[in-house]
Amino acid sequence: MKKIGAIILSTVLTAVLASGCGNNTENSGNSASGGNSAGGTIKIGADLELTGGQASFGDSASKGAKLAVDQINAAGGVLGKQLELVVADNASKSEEATQAAQKLITNDKVVTIIGASTSTNTLGIVPVATEKKIPLVSVGATNPKVTVDERSGNVNEYVFRAAFIDPFQGEVMANFALDSLKAKTAVIYTDTSSDYSKGLQKFFEETFKAKGGEVLSQESYQQKDSDFKAVLTRIKAANPDVIYLPGYYEEVGKIVKQAREMGITVPFLGGDGWDSPQLAEIAGAKALENTFMSNHYSPEDTAPEVTSFVDAYKAANGGAVPDGMAALGYDALKLVADAITRAGEADPAKITEALAATKDLQLATGKITLNDKHDPVKAAVVLKFVDGKQTFETKVNP
Amino acid sequence: MKKINKKFWLGILMALAFYGIVKVLLTTGILSDVNQSMLLLIGVNIMLAVSLNLITGITGQFSIGHAGFMSVGAYTSAILTLDYNVPFIPAILAGGLLAAVFGVLIGMPTLRLNGDYLAIATLGFGEIIRIIMLNTEYVGGASGLSGIPAKTTWTMLFFFTLISVVLINNFIRSTHGRACIAIRENEIAAEAMGINTTRYKIIAFTIGALFAGMAGGLSAHTFYVITPGSFNFLKSFEIIVMVVLGGLGSTAGSIVGAVFVTLLYTYLREFPEWRMIIYSIVLILMMIFRPSGLLGVSKFSLGKFGKKEAKANDAIESSGTP
Repeated sequence: MKKIGAIILSTVLTAVLASGCGNNTENSGNSASGGNSAGGTIKIGADLELTGGQASFGDSASKGAKLAVDQINAAGGVLGKQLELVVADNASKSEEATQAAQKLITNDKVVTIIGASTSTNTLGIVPVATEKKIPLVSVGATNPKVTVDERSGNVNEYVFRAAFIDPFQGEVMANFALDSLKAKTAVIYTDTSSDYSKGLQKFFEETFKAKGGEVLSQESYQQKDSDFKAVLTRIKAANPDVIYLPGYYEEVGKIVKQAREMGITVPFLGGDGWDSPQLAEIAGAKALENTFMSNHYSPEDTAPEVTSFVDAYKAANGGAVPDGMAALGYDALKLVADAITRAGEADPAKITEALAATKDLQLATGKITLNDKHDPVKAAVVLKFVDGKQTFETKVNP
Repeated sequence: MKKINKKFWLGILMALAFYGIVKVLLTTGILSDVNQSMLLLIGVNIMLAVSLNLITGITGQFSIGHAGFMSVGAYTSAILTLDYNVPFIPAILAGGLLAAVFGVLIGMPTLRLNGDYLAIATLGFGEIIRIIMLNTEYVGGASGLSGIPAKTTWTMLFFFTLISVVLINNFIRSTHGRACIAIRENEIAAEAMGINTTRYKIIAFTIGALFAGMAGGLSAHTFYVITPGSFNFLKSFEIIVMVVLGGLGSTAGSIVGAVFVTLLYTYLREFPEWRMIIYSIVLILMMIFRPSGLLGVSKFSLGKFGKKEAKANDAIESSGTP
């Protein structure tokens, strides 16, 4: 009995391994025969989080990118050739993002890579792209050090991004607090276990102070904390006009809920880390009244480029409303397609040059110009929560 | 004695031949970058699995802190090459040594515990290291260190792996190794025989930590980026899976386990939706049908050539393994 079991098991294992190998060779065979300049397609790689902790980001981004490819192909493709999107999973880990990028470049012979949706995973692709001289357009990386090397201060020649960077979001919310909410004092409540939160905090504080606001106090929490009442009591005593809370939705939801229970009624402000349906589930719709967040785009924006994107996305994905990452995935691919058109041929070096020169390109998240640090200069939106739903409040231009 | 030596050198020779073939394939470009980084990952995992096997399989101490040691080695060597321009090999060795120091420091108080208590203490250690890295601005905080030069080449990795496997394997066969096995089999009896159990446990723990640290340094210099998150307790479990899958207490088993798990994981990348399901099913089936691991308790020797020897050794090493 045991022997039979072992035989069955080993057959299964061999089959799994063999199919893995088989698939692999098949793929490389395809790319060898397909080519990228001689054949009728241009291959673009997507190195995204299809599994693992950030799978929902990667899933949205790949759907957005697929929509862009379908639209472009339906309209005749780029330079008379069809685009082909090759998606590789990086399992939400930077070392796997490295391997996935190597696979895309060596086996699939892509001319450009889009991805990943987070800064850390993108940093795993940057050295590969640089070494192979293949342009990389990150979908969701917001950390400044993705495009600018931290130690040398040089701009990474082959790295671009579709999302605006953390400092900008901090500035946007500081301006919004001062101008639209007429706030004079603020308390900043930061998640110290996240660089994202610390980045937003730093730039909010700088802008708020520079324009005459006063920061009453700095408070901090850690991810996975669940009781915030001690700090909230201090914040209540300080009585600020607004509370800036740049964090991720899980803790933000709990903090807002507990604050409202304690009778803190002033507005809470936050960034794109709030962007999840779970926020309303955790905090409750009522607690979220009078809270605002900055984001890349709003599906409720009435600008024509946004409505046409939202409609097309809904039609392609069974009525699902595109979130920020879907819009960014769509934009990243459009950025690449535009660069290939201007480059005149699907050659990585020329695409890189064309990407760096991107100017006033109209995309779903706004009109994009890439600056000398390869970061997009574009508008951010401020959203207000009404009945637990994000509603479009205003658009802030850089 | 002579027989062992002959087999030993034959093994080394075969390993070198393997190295040569892969090297030629890599330089001629038959094996692509993807294959190379997979080979590097396999090598790193072999080092991790073999070193954990020394702690868990041979000495019988259940440790869930292996990723912590790996993290110490990775951060140390990365900082040395990034900020102090230390050459590659000394940086890796320094990473391993610091991890070994941590091994001693952690081992001294915790190895007096056993079973579940030790597992929890080592789990705690791994988490402490992770949280410290997370909150240290100098090593990049949550987003980690990036831009680490990719200095791990196939040659480097191969020799580091070979040396660690040979050293650990020789340790297991030495007097000290047998003392460790005695501790695994029955701690009280071992103590009654005059073996200083705590001392041997610390020795095994430290050697394990040393090679885990070196493996961490090598992996940092392969994949450009290290973050505290990549050394969490799940990573420790991944190494445990390799060791158990290969066969607890068998060096050869650990190597096979590491190769198997890495290959399985890499090839399943083609099917992202099914990856974790297939991976888990394979593990479950494995444990149902072959609880002693792929190789059971086979020893690292060229088996059939020296049957008598192997049998004698097996008798010593295998009796009563779980």
